[in-house]
Amino acid sequence: MTVLDVQTWTAVCRFDRLLPERGVAALVGGEQVAIFRTHDGAVFALANHDPFSDAYVLSRGIVGSRGTLPTVASPMHKQVFSLVSGECLDEPGVAVPVYDVRVRDGDVEVAVP
Amino acid sequence: MSAPRQLVVVGNGMVGQRLVEAVRQRDPERRWRITVLGEEPRPAYDRVALTSYLTGTTEEDLRLAPDGCYDADCELVLGDAVAGIDRAARVVTTASGRAVAYDALVLATGSRPFVPPVPGADLDGCFVYRTIDDLDAIRSRAASVTSGVVIGGGLLGLEAANALLSLGLATSVVEFAPRLMPAQVDHGGGEVLRRKVEALGLTARLDTATERISAADDGLRMTFADGSSLETGLIVFSAGIRPRDELARAAGLAVGERGGIVVDETCLTSDPAIWAIGECALAGGRVYGLVAPGYDMAEVVADRLLDGDAAFAEADTSTKLKLLGVDVASFGDAHGAAPDALEVVYADPVGGVYKKLVVTDDASRLLGGVLVGDASAYAALRTMVGQPLTDTPEKLLLAGPSTSDLGDDAQVCSCQNVSAGAIRAAIHDEGCADVAALKTCTRAGTVCGSCVPLLKTLLTQSGVEANPALCEHFDVGRAELFDIVRVTGLRTFSEIIARHGRGRGCDICKPVVASILAGLGGGHILDGEQAALQDTNDHFLANIQRNGTYSVVPRVPGGELTAEGLIAIGEVARDFGLYSKITGGQRIDLLGARVEQLPAIWKRLVDAGFESGHAYGKALRTVKSCVGSTWCRYGVQDSTSLAIMLELRYRGLRAPHKIKAGVSGCARECAEARSKDVGIIASENGWNLYFGGNGGFRPRHAELFASDLSDAELVGLVDRFLMFYVRTADRLQRTSAWIEALTDEHGDGFAYLRRVLVDDELGLCADLETAMERHAGSYTDEWAAVLDDEEKLGRFVSFVNAPDAPDPSIRFVTERGQIRPVVAGPTLEVVRR
Repeated sequence: MTVLDVQTWTAVCRFDRLLPERGVAALVGGEQVAIFRTHDGAVFALANHDPFSDAYVLSRGIVGSRGTLPTVASPMHKQVFSLVSGECLDEPGVAVPVYDVRVRDGDVEVAVP
Repeated sequence: MSAPRQLVVVGNGMVGQRLVEAVRQRDPERRWRITVLGEEPRPAYDRVALTSYLTGTTEEDLRLAPDGCYDADCELVLGDAVAGIDRAARVVTTASGRAVAYDALVLATGSRPFVPPVPGADLDGCFVYRTIDDLDAIRSRAASVTSGVVIGGGLLGLEAANALLSLGLATSVVEFAPRLMPAQVDHGGGEVLRRKVEALGLTARLDTATERISAADDGLRMTFADGSSLETGLIVFSAGIRPRDELARAAGLAVGERGGIVVDETCLTSDPAIWAIGECALAGGRVYGLVAPGYDMAEVVADRLLDGDAAFAEADTSTKLKLLGVDVASFGDAHGAAPDALEVVYADPVGGVYKKLVVTDDASRLLGGVLVGDASAYAALRTMVGQPLTDTPEKLLLAGPSTSDLGDDAQVCSCQNVSAGAIRAAIHDEGCADVAALKTCTRAGTVCGSCVPLLKTLLTQSGVEANPALCEHFDVGRAELFDIVRVTGLRTFSEIIARHGRGRGCDICKPVVASILAGLGGGHILDGEQAALQDTNDHFLANIQRNGTYSVVPRVPGGELTAEGLIAIGEVARDFGLYSKITGGQRIDLLGARVEQLPAIWKRLVDAGFESGHAYGKALRTVKSCVGSTWCRYGVQDSTSLAIMLELRYRGLRAPHKIKAGVSGCARECAEARSKDVGIIASENGWNLYFGGNGGFRPRHAELFASDLSDAELVGLVDRFLMFYVRTADRLQRTSAWIEALTDEHGDGFAYLRRVLVDDELGLCADLETAMERHAGSYTDEWAAVLDDEEKLGRFVSFVNAPDAPDPSIRFVTERGQIRPVVAGPTLEVVRR
């Protein structure tokens, strides 16, 4: 039996539209996705929903690092999340969804299941 | 339980008050009822800090009794001096005829200033320096004269001279001895002290005896023993103190030949029901004119009243103080009175430093010392008196002792008698993590403050002193980083963190670097890499609210708004469906704007002549004002015009925290200026300037910095103050906390600011003013600039792939005719029984 890769990629913007170490929000299939570009050109995608304030604002947080891990801090009450795993580094047990994201031909594409 | 016994305390000075608190603390069962009879009309206040009363500290600030100190079992009677003691009947009577019976009587009557028997010493314009009333009288006289003389160059005399200088008088000190502070320092130290205080504008006449004082045309004439004379506007006598022992004398208690109520080592007088403490007591043949021994005596008596066995031992008369900005300290056997004592002296007349250690003849033990000009080693050296030397005397003199081997029983705070062990226990067991917590917990550092540096050292050694590091990415604090950026000329975050930090930054250090770059004139805050450093508020030039919408606050300088302006704001609010509310800073807040609405809202506001109000920034917010002399029948100056001028000058200034200012047109203070970082209150002659006020979490009144300023003088001082704050304060530190931190570091933060900003001790004033001039000259409106910049405008969208779509999660309902966000809020579990 063959399992097909049925991920659907949605282009949201040109890569150049992303400021280094900043995020943007995109609306993909009714979901709010926060997309971040780090200083080395890598891209990450998390849910835009901040579980602490219940507002859709994570894309507007400050991007940085904790140790070697790239992070974003909620602009509301500054809880820090891993861009890699979506886990909250300040409050164990809290995490936000992470989404697959890639850059193809200069387009940023997100896969929302 | 037996009926409570009656304790009567005569005198409500610092020591009398301390006794009451000490008894209350040791007597939870209320075995003693207490009646305190005070001669002054006000409750006990901090006489050590009396001079600060002339520079803005209020009577309330100086008050000592904690809330709840007095109640039904502990009565305080003020303004009624005790007139007599009937020892047989055990009753005291007061001037007003009150009679109070006692089981135990404590005399804490203090001392009176000694006025030498010079003819004319009772003329108008002659004062002493002890009470708030004395200071009120001196201040009132100082308003109409230009010069003043202090007779007596001792500790208190120099303090009084400092006060006269702060009142703007040309001040001289006349001292009978050949040096200043003869009781504390030796000849070499006195000489360094004289040079330093003369450099600060004081004239010292040493070896001078005053023969008589007479009235002159413009005040008073002093004639000296050598025939010379001096005219002056007022004279303050500060020639020592004499114990107030007259009550004891009249009651037949034993008193010393030269005054003072004779007490034994338990502070008991010759009557077993009467005790005496503080400056009125003669203990071990000595009258102590310092507060620390008085506190010790109060503790001894409190202990004895509750059946303890404490005793008063010979007190430490070490002193350290900062007079006119000069550190002076003496401790132990400062004059080398012990037989065969050796002195090791370091003198640098050019640098204004004099240090002397007195050691035993084999240089094995420290006996005492004198420090002038640099007393940083005082607290540690004092604790070593009588101990074996830890190093050679010269090394101790030059480098100061190491405090790591401070024994647990070494006394750190001599005023409150707190040992190093007690401080360490407070750190480890009570969790005290800063100087403020140690002060509350142990009372160390709360009287003269000289041991505060030692408290910091002990905190650091215990590993709890706040690390200056901003965050994991930078090992330095904001002030140091500011200097690094200023000096190196680095202007991007990437370069700064690569050279002076590690990692990629965080929500703490990035806004700090953004603020520093803005403070150094870094152009638009959203230019280039700077945009990524900004907090969401600065990134969208608006304040984020709980549902992810933003608020908009146009600048309304001085709170002055035309009808057209008001209508324009109203139309914007109506057309975009925003919630509107008047702020405390005399502006209008428009709430509920979505990110993608901000440019259109601001286009309308900018077209109507408005600009950013920086309500979103750690920056100047508003300069609040009253209508002033233009409209108000009480106003004495045009406060609105000044407020507008200041708001336009400092708008856009990025700082460690928000900055608020206020201008009131008269002393009624309708603009609430003293609750602001910069407060200005009109006087008949100009403007009075206050710094360091705060509302919010920890309210604090701003303190008077300078009086009767012209507009130009005022702007110069505010320029320097704000720019110095921008450069040196810590992250998120308001001016009031910054000044407190300066106090911890420099003794008296306000005096330090005067030395830096008025006397230009650091040579910074011109640079600070130039930097502020550059700021004011290069200001542009952040919002107008964004509206002209397509690339930046493109960032103002809720969704990068649907620029016109609003965030569907944002919903409103209507309340009182305006929108209100719908927020889920925390879900409460309802338990039904």
